[in-house]
Amino acid sequence: METVANFISDVSANPLFYFIAFVTIASALCVVTLKNIFHAALFLILTLFSVAGLYILLHAEFLAVAQVLIYVGAVSVLIIFAIMLTSRLASRKIVQSNEQVTVGIFVCFLFLLVSIGSLYNTYWNGIDAPLPENNILTIGKLLMTDYVLPFEVVSIVLLAALIGAIVLAREERS
Amino acid sequence: MLQYLALAAILFTIGVFGVLTRRNAVGILMSLELMFNAANINLVVFNRYIGPDNLVGQIFALFVVVVAAAEAVVGLAIVLLLYRNWRGIDVDHINIMKW
Repeated sequence: METVANFISDVSANPLFYFIAFVTIASALCVVTLKNIFHAALFLILTLFSVAGLYILLHAEFLAVAQVLIYVGAVSVLIIFAIMLTSRLASRKIVQSNEQVTVGIFVCFLFLLVSIGSLYNTYWNGIDAPLPENNILTIGKLLMTDYVLPFEVVSIVLLAALIGAIVLAREERS
Repeated sequence: MLQYLALAAILFTIGVFGVLTRRNAVGILMSLELMFNAANINLVVFNRYIGPDNLVGQIFALFVVVVAAAEAVVGLAIVLLLYRNWRGIDVDHINIMKW
């Protein structure tokens, strides 16, 4: 176990990273370009899984598990649910992209150029110090001490979203 | 570190492309999820390489995940409502709030 963790963490430029990066980018491209919206949702699940793999490479194990639970378990099921409920639109042979594809590619290319350029021209002062041992313990302590107020606020946000979604999606019976 | 940040930038750009070009409102929400994930990767990378003495970046990423879930719930409820009232979720046709 120890050796596996060391192997994963030691080099940021290891082959595993490039494999996961390739899977992430390829499946993300499928998400935005596929004609069948249901297949796009399945590729979204693959993207979210590989992002969870990236979190494991970055020593964020708790976040990786939370990603799989919340995104892969809940959000993508919700999205597939919505696609099923609006299936009349997905099944027909209708064009899923609008007429801005050429302009969109151009704008996105410019954006990517600017962001990657500024990324590589910045001095980041990165250090490769180890993270605190016992990831989950530290996160739990932080959530219960320093970040207890945001934690409670975010729970209220979730409750409000839940009630809002029920009120919005409820059938009107009057 | 730079590879991770570049990957996050590419992922974010793909999300922007999806938001710009999708017609289906569910497709736009899926592209939004991609952008949320790119931001989260950035937070975790900065936590790992800039400030590794505590886990504040991961806490923030956790909050982002929760807020993204709330956003997806409300967004999909709105999509269902649109579908029920307009018989379609093509965002090009949903323009009653446009001036």
